[in-house]
Amino acid sequence: MKPTLCFSLLFLCCMATIFGQNEPVPNPIGLKKLPAVELKTLDNKTFNTKDISNDGKPIIISFWATWCKPCVNELTTISDVYDDWKEETGVKLIAISIDDSKTSGNVSPLVNGKSWDYEVYLDINSDFRRAMNVNLVPHTFVINGNNEIVWQHTSFSQGSELQLIDIVRKVAKGQTLPAE
Amino acid sequence: MNHKHTFFFAIIICFIFSIGQGHAQGLEKLLRNSQVSGNFQFDGMYYNKDSLIGAPDVPQKVLMNAFANINYTNGPFSAGFRFENYLYALQGFDPRYKGIGIPYRYASFEKDKFTITIGNSYDQFGSGLVYRAWQDASLGYDNSLDGINIKVNPWKGITLKGVWGQQRFYFDKGPGIVRGGDAEFVINDMFKKLNDKPLRVSIGGSFVSKYQDADDPVFNLPKNVAAYGGRGSISYKGFMINGEYAHKINDPSTVNNRIYKSGNATLLQLTYAQKGLGLYLAAIRTDNMSFKSDRDAEGNDLNINYIPSLAKQTTYSLPSIYTYGTQPNGEFGMQAQGIYTFKKKSVLGGKYGTNISLTYSRYNAINKKQVDDDTPIDSTGTLGYKSDYFKIGKEAYYENFNFEFSKKFNKTFKLIVDYFYIMYNAKVIEGHEQPNIHSHTVVVDMTFNINEKHSLRTELQHMYAKQGEGSWAYAMVEYTIAPKWFFSVSDMYNYGNSISEKRLHYYSVATAFAIGSTRISLNYGRQRAGIFCVGGVCRYVPAANGLTLSISSSF
Repeated sequence: MKPTLCFSLLFLCCMATIFGQNEPVPNPIGLKKLPAVELKTLDNKTFNTKDISNDGKPIIISFWATWCKPCVNELTTISDVYDDWKEETGVKLIAISIDDSKTSGNVSPLVNGKSWDYEVYLDINSDFRRAMNVNLVPHTFVINGNNEIVWQHTSFSQGSELQLIDIVRKVAKGQTLPAE
Repeated sequence: MNHKHTFFFAIIICFIFSIGQGHAQGLEKLLRNSQVSGNFQFDGMYYNKDSLIGAPDVPQKVLMNAFANINYTNGPFSAGFRFENYLYALQGFDPRYKGIGIPYRYASFEKDKFTITIGNSYDQFGSGLVYRAWQDASLGYDNSLDGINIKVNPWKGITLKGVWGQQRFYFDKGPGIVRGGDAEFVINDMFKKLNDKPLRVSIGGSFVSKYQDADDPVFNLPKNVAAYGGRGSISYKGFMINGEYAHKINDPSTVNNRIYKSGNATLLQLTYAQKGLGLYLAAIRTDNMSFKSDRDAEGNDLNINYIPSLAKQTTYSLPSIYTYGTQPNGEFGMQAQGIYTFKKKSVLGGKYGTNISLTYSRYNAINKKQVDDDTPIDSTGTLGYKSDYFKIGKEAYYENFNFEFSKKFNKTFKLIVDYFYIMYNAKVIEGHEQPNIHSHTVVVDMTFNINEKHSLRTELQHMYAKQGEGSWAYAMVEYTIAPKWFFSVSDMYNYGNSISEKRLHYYSVATAFAIGSTRISLNYGRQRAGIFCVGGVCRYVPAANGLTLSISSSF
């Protein structure tokens, strides 16, 4: 491929971001909006990610799979404190399963069997995963009230949930996030 | 290849300019709506020769796999590409992954209920029994379809799809052409009256045909091979039943030893779930259902369809030594799973609840009979065999029983205990003469939270087996400083190997650093030779000794 063309495309995209900032837009730091992709609910309804909403309160989006131990650990750990989190910050957790047709049938039994209270969607064809550029699971995003991605983290270790709720608290209060 | 990419990017740029032509306001709006995102992954390894474990001398010393996805979106328009780099590919990946290129690029737009994608696409019809294009970088698997993909929703609840193209084959394309269509009807969404009814029904059907030229001097080979399938799903409150049946006309290929028998596959899934309880029951029967766009392709190359594996998959090191791989020529499999949580504050639940799960899965051969007295089963150029649909073959391929107990006792201590019984037919799954392996494994996984940020996790595993490589012991200690640092030390010891020189330690030291969406990890140690599987698709990983650096990031 001709590198000049590739760079011209990239240049154009950079310009897009720069130009975008000159306008008095509600989102001056160029945060990314959630992409619109179709998912399935556990009872086989179609759900479009553009309808993700929590009435202006923060949202956690967690990509996971039934075969991924750290993912299940993360969601179980959060499940223990989820009621407190909801009460304090109004946050909602949306769990996106990337299980394919091999294991997608196990999702509903696992979610219910573990008594998780999350909104769970199936991304069987990994469309949302690709649109969100998720390489590895678990991969967790924090979304602000304008459906913009304000923070993301990949991998889970015991204690990571404390950082996550810290971020959510700041987003709930409309504070700017510190640089990592 | 060069010209195609040049053309492709020219289209994107023309598109961007043509929308924004003329008035500045439009251009500004366009630019403001532009979004660029992407991800990157790098895995590089320095190899030491280690003749004890059978790690070969790697002439390049270091090998690497890397890729980056770049996506551009602007409202209904999106385009992107993946850059891939293998110089040379890591051990265990197909050596035909060699060099640098852009094997994946696409442009897509949505308008008037249509979504049209040109270039490479990933998609699946139903659960994939007749068509599934997907990718998994860790498996080195990618059968994206290069061509066109059209999706349309003519009416609420109705989705029609059409695909037409050639499959990716490493840095090239497969010789065959794949054409297909799918229709799905979600009955409840089609009729307003039924929208909120608890009983939900959907049905679907698909048709796929491949074309490959043939001029075989001996065999009269079909140039066009069709596969089609139907599916249905009914759910009522916590119950759900899913079924899919697929049929393929005669398709003599290298995989099925060039027999002229038609193929079929059936998948049935039953789910019941309510708060605190989940039950899952599934069965699959496949018969001569390998469907590839090149009749001479083998292994994981150029699959048009996908046969899901119902064998339980685990991430624990010892039980995953024996992981099932789907048998394309025929198998009969089932899985039953139950998950239950004892409620918080109950006698068995304690303060945080207690979770238990039971899983049983089993795979057998399908029943095969000679077509007539003179023709042995699977004879080239014949109908191959006859199969009684409801009769299960005698030969067992795989069996897995797993019990898991998991409980958080208090703020500082969490325990998971697992037991696995696995029967593994190495002769069928790996293709070498060996008696069936019966293994019993116990895993104790403990997490201690030292304080809010520091935690220690240990895994102790023991596998007892008389056959195969015999018994193993495994210990791992992991220390994490949340959310950024991770350190681990582990050793896998094959103390029960019947050959005393093979009673080896596979030690490993690892560290990782995660910041935001970037993760960097370093690993030094020995990797045992074995089969690495995801979703029933497997690749063989040779023994290795060395230092691995991995970087993963997205923006």
